[in-house]
Amino acid sequence: MVLERVDPELAEFDVHTDELLVNMGPQHPSTHGVLRLVLRTDGEVVKEVIPHIGYLHRCAEKIGENLAARQWIPYTDRMDYLAGMNMNLGWALTVEKLLGLEVPERARHLRVLIAELNRIASHLVAAGTYGLDLGSFTPFVHCFREREKILDLFERVCGARLTYSYITIGGVMADLPRGWLDECEAFLVSFEPVIDDLHALLTSNAILIHRTAGIGVLSPEMAVSYGCTGPVLRASGVNWDLRRDGEPWCTRTYVGYKFEVIAETDGRYPQDAPYPPVPSAVVLGDCWHRFYVRMLEVVQSVKLARQAMDYYRKSPPGVGEPLRLVQKLPKGEAYLETEAPKGQMGFMVVSDGTTVPWRARARSSSFCNLSVVSELCRGCLIADVPAIVGSLDIVLGEIDR
Amino acid sequence: MDTPAILEKLKQNIGSGIAGSNLEAIDPWVEVAPGALPEVCRFLRDEPELRFNMLHCISGVDYLQTDPKKKSEWEPHLEVVYHLSSLVHRHRLVLKVILPRWKDNVEGQLPEVPTVSDIWRTADWHEREVYDLSGVRFQGHPDLRRILCPEDWVGHPLRKDYQMPLEYHGIRGR
Repeated sequence: MVLERVDPELAEFDVHTDELLVNMGPQHPSTHGVLRLVLRTDGEVVKEVIPHIGYLHRCAEKIGENLAARQWIPYTDRMDYLAGMNMNLGWALTVEKLLGLEVPERARHLRVLIAELNRIASHLVAAGTYGLDLGSFTPFVHCFREREKILDLFERVCGARLTYSYITIGGVMADLPRGWLDECEAFLVSFEPVIDDLHALLTSNAILIHRTAGIGVLSPEMAVSYGCTGPVLRASGVNWDLRRDGEPWCTRTYVGYKFEVIAETDGRYPQDAPYPPVPSAVVLGDCWHRFYVRMLEVVQSVKLARQAMDYYRKSPPGVGEPLRLVQKLPKGEAYLETEAPKGQMGFMVVSDGTTVPWRARARSSSFCNLSVVSELCRGCLIADVPAIVGSLDIVLGEIDR
Repeated sequence: MDTPAILEKLKQNIGSGIAGSNLEAIDPWVEVAPGALPEVCRFLRDEPELRFNMLHCISGVDYLQTDPKKKSEWEPHLEVVYHLSSLVHRHRLVLKVILPRWKDNVEGQLPEVPTVSDIWRTADWHEREVYDLSGVRFQGHPDLRRILCPEDWVGHPLRKDYQMPLEYHGIRGR
């Protein structure tokens, strides 16, 4: 397979046409929500991309300063609605940091189990819709079938399929129903071969490689400067994961767990299984790497979920008491970031000593990851814009809050 | 390095820019005079022992007690909070800039802070967000427009004395 990338500027033989403003969105299938991009184009070459956001702004932070801390949990679900559990976890840990509150062992392992399953679900949507963006429908159906099974599991745990409000301040809302662990194990067993299928369908697919190799290359310096986090940062070769590197309030949830941080170091990825090798045409930090990092992270999440199930079985009963709505928060402020599937999700709570936070702030990972898009799209072809936006795996609910 | 050591280093180098600190807080913070912010930030990013290469978040917090029944412990003011970290040295720092709610106490005149968007690119969108929602003008920002609210929106919603508009383009508000 010969892959040669031609610089679009040269491919156009230096013929310049009139500049044209092309509007993409806010209703566009490949913008993953209500994102509007205005492209300044010269022929097929994109000169500049101006993102417009805010179409899904629901004043979440303003609502947060009018509700008791625990009442804001359902609003965090609706930020990154593809990973509601991880959003709940972020806010719960932040308020626990302010309160200095420890959760019972069992609740801790349940949090890991549920959060990692949600990470799998989120990455499956990312991989499936990315295939869809690049014109292949089949992997999308496989991904959504598997995600459906995770949603079924969540439904058995908390009754909801999308907006869970399950992880709460002080623990989790309920213990697992009887037989749930066996169902979860059955799911993991059936899911593992699907990862191989997805690699066969997507990762080593010649069209996908052609569409993503060398496109939207994000250097590590630029990624750090733009505050890009999560798979977007790790795909640029920065070995950084808050589950391992975060502050103690974040990492204590994962104490005792063994997993690899997926980032290319010394030219190779940590791998648990012989997955397709890195093609020669790709460049570190391009769209292909961002896709690949998510695919490998799914394997780590499966591993973490298995460990969490073991720990859960050994833990004494008791999943913690949810914070009472009348309980006053101590004066002070706390900021905490956790590793959500899309990046580092930060919450800040400022309290004046009443039950209602004085200020509730959400630092969105997708917000920062999207801000780099105009940098990545400069000089690419119009057809590459959906490939770049899709590889960032953004959720507009979280960006606009 | 922990915050006391970083604070000590900052005091040695740019002592005039450091307006105060609170090392007992859950997240210890350092207060920076608004005028010295770019200098302090550049030092924090470039000093080999500090290397704060990532700016995580900029938040605006409005301290104004609007309920006449409660008495507040603070004078009305506005805080801009910067959360920084170094991926190299694995340490964190919280910077605060404390501002009056209105510039020269003239209601409607937004208080001003120098931009740090040329130091960390994260600041570009975050400063637009703080401007949009909390009403702080960032001097020298390349493109200080509203980001989440529509361009013709009136007021800054995260100000505590913000009044929801009665109507917006024919859509009923309150």
